[in-house]
Amino acid sequence: MNTTLRRLSAVIMVMFLGLMVATTYTQFLRADQLNRDPRNVRSIFREFNVARGPIVVAGQPIVESVPVDTPFGFQRVYAGGDAEKAQMYAPVTGFFSLVNGSTAVESAANSFLNGQADALWVDRLQNLLTGRKTQGSSVELTIDPAVQQAAWDALGGQRGAVVAVEPKTGRILAMVSKPSYDPNVLAVHSTGQAGQAYQDLLNAENDPLINRTIGALYPPGSTFKIVTAAAALEKGGLTPDSVIPAPVTFRLPGTSTDLPNFGGAACSPTGEQTLTDALRISCNTAFAGLAVSLGGDAIRETAEQFGFGDPFQVPMRSAVSRYPAAEGFTDDRVALSGIGQGDVTSTPLQMAMVSAAIANHGTLMQPYLIDTIRDPDLEVVQRTEPQAIRDAVSRTTADELRDMMVATVETGSGTAAQIPGVQVAGKTGTAQTAPGVAPHAWFTAFAPADDPQVAIAVIVEHGGDLAQGATGGRLAAPIARAVLQAALNR
Amino acid sequence: MSALEQGAGLEPDVVEPRVRRPLRIAELWLLVLAVTAGVGAFALVGIGVHDSLPDHFWRESAALAGLALVAHVVVRVKAPFADQTILPAVVLLNGLGLAMILRIQESGARGAAGADVVRNTQWSALGVVLACLVIWFLKDHRALRKLTYTAMFSSLVLLVLPLVPGIGLRVRGAQIWISIAGFTMQPAEFVKITLVIFFAGYLVSNRDTLALAGPKVLGLQLPRIRDLGPLALVWIASLGVLVFQRDLGTSLLVFGIFVAMLYLATERFSWVLIGMVMFAGGAVVAAQAFSHVGQRMTGWLHAFDPAVFNARGGSGQLVGGLFGMANGGMVGTGWGRGFPYLVPFSFSDFIYTSLAEELGLTGMLAILMVFLIFVERGLRTAITVRDGFGKLLAGGLAFTVALQTFVVVGGVTRLIPLTGLTLPFMAQGGSSLLSNWIIAALLIVISNNARRPSALPMRGQVGQGRIVPDAGAAAEVTSPSTAATQVITPDLTQDGDR
Repeated sequence: MNTTLRRLSAVIMVMFLGLMVATTYTQFLRADQLNRDPRNVRSIFREFNVARGPIVVAGQPIVESVPVDTPFGFQRVYAGGDAEKAQMYAPVTGFFSLVNGSTAVESAANSFLNGQADALWVDRLQNLLTGRKTQGSSVELTIDPAVQQAAWDALGGQRGAVVAVEPKTGRILAMVSKPSYDPNVLAVHSTGQAGQAYQDLLNAENDPLINRTIGALYPPGSTFKIVTAAAALEKGGLTPDSVIPAPVTFRLPGTSTDLPNFGGAACSPTGEQTLTDALRISCNTAFAGLAVSLGGDAIRETAEQFGFGDPFQVPMRSAVSRYPAAEGFTDDRVALSGIGQGDVTSTPLQMAMVSAAIANHGTLMQPYLIDTIRDPDLEVVQRTEPQAIRDAVSRTTADELRDMMVATVETGSGTAAQIPGVQVAGKTGTAQTAPGVAPHAWFTAFAPADDPQVAIAVIVEHGGDLAQGATGGRLAAPIARAVLQAALNR
Repeated sequence: MSALEQGAGLEPDVVEPRVRRPLRIAELWLLVLAVTAGVGAFALVGIGVHDSLPDHFWRESAALAGLALVAHVVVRVKAPFADQTILPAVVLLNGLGLAMILRIQESGARGAAGADVVRNTQWSALGVVLACLVIWFLKDHRALRKLTYTAMFSSLVLLVLPLVPGIGLRVRGAQIWISIAGFTMQPAEFVKITLVIFFAGYLVSNRDTLALAGPKVLGLQLPRIRDLGPLALVWIASLGVLVFQRDLGTSLLVFGIFVAMLYLATERFSWVLIGMVMFAGGAVVAAQAFSHVGQRMTGWLHAFDPAVFNARGGSGQLVGGLFGMANGGMVGTGWGRGFPYLVPFSFSDFIYTSLAEELGLTGMLAILMVFLIFVERGLRTAITVRDGFGKLLAGGLAFTVALQTFVVVGGVTRLIPLTGLTLPFMAQGGSSLLSNWIIAALLIVISNNARRPSALPMRGQVGQGRIVPDAGAAAEVTSPSTAATQVITPDLTQDGDR
């Protein structure tokens, strides 16, 4: 029987080898796939059961994980549970939800917040050796609470967005989108409640879940004239003092449609004016004609230098602002594009970056929201260094554009943005969307003009409180002024 | 042929056997390691779940150490030559199992309500006591041979008990429990032992008829039709269990034990083939005839199919276990840091995936190795022991544990279809703990006899002159003690490590 016992022993060896292979297959070879399976609630539990790091603004946590006595162990709390303040920061923080996933910084910095980032391997090794539980890193934002608050207050009950950037670095100082939502209602641990809250927000009017500063595309209207003017200076061989045609109406080439000026007014008694004056009073006919003479390609190239055609990673990915493609782009559409209408679309962030690049002597900086990441021992794990994307325009062009924008605020359409003792450079925009619907009111600016500290873009959707009477100068410029003042006083 | 002519490497015809140095010291150290692992696991569970040592930590630890020490002393006194790894292996597995049950219970999760570490610790203690009694009173395993037909009768009674009205309990669709005076148990767990005793006794007497009588077809020695009787009987019995008690695991186990022991005894591979064909046939018919068998097959083959995953009685539990294992990865989440309680019956049927989640691949390979050591030491005992009954008994018991482990672990890792069986020594369950501790005790008793120094001549040497073509014939047994006189082929006598 010893022979058969030996054979049986060999069979048992093979059986156990099979068990070892099956275990290895599941725990090693297939583990990633199983961990990613959407039916695997463990990935959610794993995410929820760590002391997730806080999101910090100016030294104060605006998002924290608080220990609770549920199987999840921790509850994510936004702005200490203050619904209004949580809404103010929601476009930046996003939410972290059991059933609805995560968004914005909660999502973009997830691996740091949950402590699983590759850069944190030393911490994890220490935890492994000391038996300490994994703790997430804290993420410090570039947001300035005073600027954020000013933007939030200035927008009031209107739908719209404000984004403020430090031109020299690309640091985002404010990012406000209205209407907003309270992430606390999405972070509850009851899957039923969280799911219902999310459905309610999805079905709510005016899309509160959308971060309008980077996630919505609008016709930029007259604010885009800065780009057209930049193309004229860089590629059209014009100077700020070049005199260009400024008729009462402009017949769109190849059509029988006449483009009027705002309110049907004449831009100049002579029917022509300098480029500076055309921008200052935001003359539509002058810029439509200028666009046609420059050609769509020249404007597109300039727009793309400013960032059109590419998303910004802040680190959330912005929607891509577009200047229309060359194909089938007829002169009548080119004329409309010159005044930011027709097929041109832009995010508020993109227009803020146009101002910021001009403020920064033509150099476009990479906009960013995350300043520093610190591990639980407050050691800096990662710090974002300012990074230039490219020179959008030459220094000369930038300075000329700056002076033209200063004139716009001093004596042009943007006087509502004036701040005593500070030279503000800005541009208004009133973007038509559909016949009979109130226009979007835009304003983009930077200040002080000689040493820019902050660049800004403001949009109020569909006329806001002023409805059909809204213009960028009347509605958006005062908001911009309030935010600029807050930024300059910090 | 004298020893000198054979060369110096062989031992003389009659020797004073080498007195094996009793390895009780080694066993003690291994026990210290095993107890340390168990106690360490207790501590880590408390720290992992509550950041403090569990309640009654020192008392529980002292109890575990005390039980191990008592068992060690009993072995030292009553079975001084026994294999030194069996007891530590069992203590290690039992300790880790208890720690995991504690961990599941401490989670307080809804699905963990059934976990009861206190009760299971009491069962473990009772298991140790039973094992000690077996070692103390069963000096010679050959005494069990007298119980051959008692064991057969007991097996049949135990198999039928759950079907008796008033005693039988239906739990989760399977009628495998009985309840007497408030005590519930799974008789099938003890059937393993009685069946192995019966098979060993029956086969050692009848192996020649089974092995040699019958026609030869295509080089395959086929048994006679009338000798197929017992095989058919067990086939029917295991199918009966499957049909009436809806217990896939036990029927597979009973059938596997029988086929393996037939093969051990007769050395005829044809029995294995016939057995496999019969089992496969039965399984195919069962899969089509009984919805729960078919459900298990579907759940195995199409586990990740959303329809199967979400179905009631579908693969949700199986896949949940796989998710847990994946979460554990290479090194595991650590005691108390995973989510094993998300899987239903994470403390019993699925304790393997629970351990896998928190101990990781490295931990599981170690645990499988401990099981393998236990089983292979049992088989080594079977090879070493001198009587045919002992060989069959030890081989059968070792294979029982191996097969049960294979069926459970293979089931939860999706190597084979899932069946309901307990992981020996680890899963929660009183019957399982008692029966497996008894198996361990029997193996210790047999190994004590196998390794006890004997003044008898070295039989293999004596028989050098007359090599008998078929070992089976020479092994015609009259008394158990001469069973070891089977003339082994010369190369086997070279095996110095008997």
